[in-house]
Amino acid sequence: MNDLLAGLKSAFGLIIHLDHDLVEVSLRSLQVTVSAVIIAAAIGLPFGAWLSVTRFRHRRATIAILNALMGLPPVVVGLVVYLLLSRSGPFGVLDLLFTPTAMIIAQVIIVTPIIASISHQSMRELWFVYHDLLISIKTSKWQRMKALLWDGRRGLLTAVLTGFGRGIGEIGAIMIVGGNIDHLTRVLTTAIALEVGKGDFPLALGLGIVLITLAIVVNLAIHTLSRTEREGTW
Amino acid sequence: MVDSTILPLTLDGATVRKGGQQIVGPLALTMGGVGCSIVIGPNGAGKTTLLRLMHGLERASSGSVKWALKQSEVFTRQSFVFQTPVVMRRSVIENIAYPLHVRGIDRKIAIGEAEKWIDKVGLMKSTHKDANVLSGGEKQKLAIARALITKPDVLFLDEPTTNLDGSSTQDIEKLIRRARDAGTRIVMATHDFGQARRLADEVLFMHHGIVHERAAAEIFFADPGTTEAQVFLRGDLLL
Repeated sequence: MNDLLAGLKSAFGLIIHLDHDLVEVSLRSLQVTVSAVIIAAAIGLPFGAWLSVTRFRHRRATIAILNALMGLPPVVVGLVVYLLLSRSGPFGVLDLLFTPTAMIIAQVIIVTPIIASISHQSMRELWFVYHDLLISIKTSKWQRMKALLWDGRRGLLTAVLTGFGRGIGEIGAIMIVGGNIDHLTRVLTTAIALEVGKGDFPLALGLGIVLITLAIVVNLAIHTLSRTEREGTW
Repeated sequence: MVDSTILPLTLDGATVRKGGQQIVGPLALTMGGVGCSIVIGPNGAGKTTLLRLMHGLERASSGSVKWALKQSEVFTRQSFVFQTPVVMRRSVIENIAYPLHVRGIDRKIAIGEAEKWIDKVGLMKSTHKDANVLSGGEKQKLAIARALITKPDVLFLDEPTTNLDGSSTQDIEKLIRRARDAGTRIVMATHDFGQARRLADEVLFMHHGIVHERAAAEIFFADPGTTEAQVFLRGDLLL
């Protein structure tokens, strides 16, 4: 209990004084995850829409695999990305290991299936409703995807925010490919792990509270900006 | 109306089979000219499937469905109104303008056209409302406006007033009549006699996937040629 109280206190202290390290680490967390989510959404959303409107032979298997990939263990993703980016790996020449870029790559791999799968779920339901109409109007596949992406944007927002939640709290992969280097690749989650390892529980807890607050603020901000729960039903 | 129309439509030995069962056909019929053809018959007679087959939403399992023009041209010159109106998650005006957007027509022109149609179907008060909050009758009016905005040669309607009250039904029948008078060929399914009497120039009586009788409306209602139609017209149960 004392640790928790001390953690709260230390969190307040950190936030009120706008601790320089804290700001840096938080911003890096945001930078890595927001970049990863933007890239993942750019891949995952169109893929989800395409999957909704396209019938092909191995569609069911593809969807099953996509759903399974949602549970991809971050540590394994980190390991694979590490091996790919390490000096002796195929992309070693790019010199990306232990940089924020490497962390973004790893998170894109983790987040894309989540966004694709959840967005596909919601667009599939919409496609069920739209199917006859859009075929009757003689739309192209691209027009169908566009209609689903635009009209289903509420559900897509959930998909993207779920991806963000997964990314911002993720540690397994970014620890391996980022290396938790101070002032370079340290983010909130890796910093927490470090402080726990050092036995500084109040600071770790403080960082944890900052992390949770950050996630809530981002979610609220996006909901406010997109005016969900307000105008009409979507 | 355009000079050349996609009519006549010719069905030659067309059937639709689903799950090993023959739902419609074999049918051989020609649909041409002008006016309003009503496809009438009990539930499960295959009315919806016949309309969907003609429109191209359903593929013929055997036989053929042919229009006078090339396949690529016919799809854009016919519209379909479903029994349960499909409403997109957009405003009323965006819903109605959507087929024009799809055809790549300039946005301003499309919106202007949609405004005209909103006027014609009487949805002025709801122009910018979310279409999903409309009542059932209003949604069907929206669907009809959206179907007619492309100035189709042929308009298919699948029991468009089944779930609607009297006054909505009246409004919609008025719209259908107006479209017919403007030269659009109407093909409509219904199991409502009254409606068939009010709208039909010609009646196709369907039962068990077959068109049992096809006749001009006055003749059909005065003296149906088949026993099935007689039973149906009497209001007895047709099994």
